[in-house]
Amino acid sequence: MERERKIRVLVAKPGLDGHDRGAKVVARALKDAGMEVIYTGIRQTPEQIAKTAIQEDVDVIGLSCLSGAHNHLFPKVVELLKEQGADDILVFGGGIIPHEDIPTLKDKGIVEVFQPGTDTHEIIEAITREVREKKGA
Amino acid sequence: MKDDIATLQSAKENWESKTVSKTLERFPERKPEFKTTSGISMERLFTPLDTASLDYLEDLGFPGEYPYTRGVQPTMYRGRFWTMRQYAGFATAEETNKRYKFLLDKGQTGLSVAFDLPTQIGYDSDHPLSSGEVGKVGVAIDSLADMEILFDGIPLDKVSTSMTINATAAMLLAMYIAVAEKQGVDSKILRGTIQNDILKEYAARGTYIYPPKESMRIITDIFAYCKDHLPKWNTISISGYHIREAGSTAVQEVAFTLADGIAYVQAAIDAGLDVDAFASRLSFFFNAHSNFLEEIAKFRAARRMWARIMKERFKAKNPKSLTLRFHTQTAGSTLTAQQPENNIMRVTLQALSAVLGGTQSLHTNSWDEAYALPSEKSVTIALRTQQVIAYETGVADSIDPLGGSYLIEKLTQEIEEKASEYIAKIDDMGGAVKAIEAGYIQREIADSAYQFQMEVEKKERIIVGVNQFRQEEPPLEDVLRISGDVENYQIEKLKKVKAQRDGAKVEQTLERLKETAKGTGNLVPVILEAVKVYATLGEIAGALREVFGEYRES
Repeated sequence: MERERKIRVLVAKPGLDGHDRGAKVVARALKDAGMEVIYTGIRQTPEQIAKTAIQEDVDVIGLSCLSGAHNHLFPKVVELLKEQGADDILVFGGGIIPHEDIPTLKDKGIVEVFQPGTDTHEIIEAITREVREKKGA
Repeated sequence: MKDDIATLQSAKENWESKTVSKTLERFPERKPEFKTTSGISMERLFTPLDTASLDYLEDLGFPGEYPYTRGVQPTMYRGRFWTMRQYAGFATAEETNKRYKFLLDKGQTGLSVAFDLPTQIGYDSDHPLSSGEVGKVGVAIDSLADMEILFDGIPLDKVSTSMTINATAAMLLAMYIAVAEKQGVDSKILRGTIQNDILKEYAARGTYIYPPKESMRIITDIFAYCKDHLPKWNTISISGYHIREAGSTAVQEVAFTLADGIAYVQAAIDAGLDVDAFASRLSFFFNAHSNFLEEIAKFRAARRMWARIMKERFKAKNPKSLTLRFHTQTAGSTLTAQQPENNIMRVTLQALSAVLGGTQSLHTNSWDEAYALPSEKSVTIALRTQQVIAYETGVADSIDPLGGSYLIEKLTQEIEEKASEYIAKIDDMGGAVKAIEAGYIQREIADSAYQFQMEVEKKERIIVGVNQFRQEEPPLEDVLRISGDVENYQIEKLKKVKAQRDGAKVEQTLERLKETAKGTGNLVPVILEAVKVYATLGEIAGALREVFGEYRES
């Protein structure tokens, strides 16, 4: 019987924002939950993130931004993945993000947006569920 | 005295075995052990037994005297309250100038400039990497033209201005000097602060540009320049704030900040400066977090430790070189998106701890900042919080009012001890620069951040409205938003500046800057020249990038 492949996640910091506490905590929690996690470090362009995600053959990208540039940067990553035929990669986002931005981000292809105070279990469950659903489909 | 201790010891044991144990049988305590964020044991009761090793004159002394545990000034807030300084800046210089005038009108007593990320990392608004970031976390400054607008109608001989700027501190300071000159204000009387603390950028905040060695040179050039030309300016604000925000404990905040401070002092001495020629202009910046009593002790411990470090390690003689003067900001990372109005109470308690800890200036966060930049209404509440503490509570009427508390003195000692152990470890690694390059400080902070999060998730640590006392609530609306038009507006302004300036002069000064960077001359005067001919921030930072290269996180 084939062993189920571990979920592979790229945790990435797009833009110029250097606040990486949340990104690092989430990366470690996902790793502790049995996922394979790559963290890009800060100051990545959407182009670099899409490229790394494809090279590393990940299932999921987790984007973190606290500078208010999320409306610009998150959809850009989704677009780039689509252009390169990698739109099977699920993109999640988190950071200082006002409620009213969330519907627009979801319309533009972000699967889920996590605000401050989110439990890491909630993130783990959402990723596991979405990846399973996609594979089932 | 010895007999007293012995008597007290047996009396306390007696109390525990008789009175306490009876109660414990029927009503067990909430937890098997109580600890601060730094893992310091919070005893059931602190008594003179805990402070028996304390020598009043040696360890506490008097305000305005070594070791400054009780305060850096002889009269503290009885003379003048701390400076109420709200950090502000967003969108354009035009918009931010309006917010400054609003805050000054409400009784704020100093300015504090927030710059956007492109300005902090040395990119103009039209740079591809600036896309989406222009004017978002602070005001966008591309050239002297923006800085003139930012301080339009604000007399620089009257206000003091703090600027949160690090990798590009020399450029922004030069612009400030140039604006003052246009207002007819001599740089010798300018008062204010540049953050200029690059080490914590590598370790915790992320807005570095150049490698450590070159960055340290810019910093010591600034120290040397200010000593002669801006004697009232705080040339650096050595910051624990961001280290704490990144997840450190209180002890780590003190330890890593003072270790950075040691590295700056050593670098300046190595560059040939006399310690007493620059040390009095060093300032500090700490976080006021939620563990109220530990925070008060933290500020006191930091003050005592720095005085001892400067006297014993660096042999400073001027009393002003020994004083740790600091700004405080309440902890942004403790603000919750859930039931955000509760943040007003969190900020109040944090601010109170800073005042009880003897801060020189204070920023209180606004309750809506877990969502966005604060609105005018929320920032007014934040400022009013400080005014209530200052004018209504009476806590500012006597100096260091909690000094002598068994608990506070014991915690102060414990923080000093534990932080000194960290500093000794960092010394063994070759100092803060080496420890950061090795990733040691970053790992320590990340470990604490993860542990904190796990404690919250296991409910070992309760956050009201987040992991307990939750309730359904409608989403917060009406948050302050920065429109994308800001970017276009800024790019248009930049085009105009470039069209109107003398291009040949700009070229010449940028060449001279590169030459100076290759040699050993002081960079600040050349940067000032470049700024005055309207070379842009991106051009000046870019010229230095060509010579110095860029730091990459390992």
